[in-house]
Amino acid sequence: MTFQDERPIFLQLAEQLEAGILSGAYPEESRVPSITEYSVTYKINPATALKGINLLVDSGLLYKKRGLGMFVAEGAKEKLKAARREKFYADYVETLVREARNLGLGASELAEMIKRGFEDVD
Amino acid sequence: MSIEIKNLTKNFGDTCALDDVTLSFGENKIFGLLGNNGAGKSTLLGIVTDRLYPTSGTVEVDGENVTNNDTALSKVFLVAEQNMFPEDMSVKKAFNTAQLFYPDFDRAYAEKLSAKFGLNTKKKIKALSTGYSSIFRLILGLSVNTPYLLFDEPVLGLDAQHRDMFYRLLMEKYAEKPCTIIVSTHLIAEAAELIEHTVIIRDGRIIRDCPSSDLTANVYSVSGPGMLVDAYLSDKHVLTVNTLGGLKTACVEGGTAALPEGLVLSRVNLQDYFISLMEEEDRK
Repeated sequence: MTFQDERPIFLQLAEQLEAGILSGAYPEESRVPSITEYSVTYKINPATALKGINLLVDSGLLYKKRGLGMFVAEGAKEKLKAARREKFYADYVETLVREARNLGLGASELAEMIKRGFEDVD
Repeated sequence: MSIEIKNLTKNFGDTCALDDVTLSFGENKIFGLLGNNGAGKSTLLGIVTDRLYPTSGTVEVDGENVTNNDTALSKVFLVAEQNMFPEDMSVKKAFNTAQLFYPDFDRAYAEKLSAKFGLNTKKKIKALSTGYSSIFRLILGLSVNTPYLLFDEPVLGLDAQHRDMFYRLLMEKYAEKPCTIIVSTHLIAEAAELIEHTVIIRDGRIIRDCPSSDLTANVYSVSGPGMLVDAYLSDKHVLTVNTLGGLKTACVEGGTAALPEGLVLSRVNLQDYFISLMEEEDRK
């Protein structure tokens, strides 16, 4: 991973960690990279890495084991999936419906199109 | 525990290199000292390490004035462009000497880094290429273990791979054994994410001194059709404006107002902010 977009690094780091939990790269109850590892690997200030990791601690996805480091919480993957589904609804479904209305498509026609999409897209 | 610089002024003949500079470098943070060539960065670091005398003002390390004060100076190490050792000395010998002056100098670590960078420690200092001469000084800096570590343009003459290695090693060092680090550089993009607190110096004066995250938090770039941008900018603090055909892009400092339809907002990184700030100062 490299940090290229203009969003703050700590946010990008948090997203990368979330993606890792979702993909199974960081299984539940496993240790995630330490502040030092992030700081050295990405050449970022440890305070920045800490800020990113704390975002996940605050949302209950990571927890600290004293002296051992940060671990992925039980149920973190499900929690993330649920959050992603909500975000999917807000980002895609709401936009989709709005544009469908603009084009004069009703609910059943849109449903038909989505069905077609499921057949066409690999 | 800090380096306190108070009302520091340095004149070289008629030239004022530092003009009433007051700064504080607190404990265990990484500071970036940013400025164009000739801004006064090296002069400032030179005075902090008692290599140069101030015209007026003081520098204190942990409450002690640095002028002719070995106790205070033994806490500070400066990696500068000049080599501090006799040219005829071998790298190995220089490590021995460093050990005498800095009791916490980690000899084994210096040897390990030399091997890692491919620095031949049997070579005389004067026989080192520009790049390896820099690497030699960086290795000293990474190995001395002083509470204050100052780097003046640390990566000059280093190739991309060695620069990358240096930044990683610096972070490793900092994470394992926190100390106060000051990095003076004009290669801002490379160091931007390492720096927790940014000091910007221009013509011997400090024009910004704040946490890096605050520095660009209120800075943004707005672009769109010229007329729309002009209308939006009318009551804003504008650093720079660029026009490309009908498209206008401006760098703005200060709070974001509601953005009119047709304009696009984006964040500005430290290097672009620095350039915009310098351009604004140029116009003054």
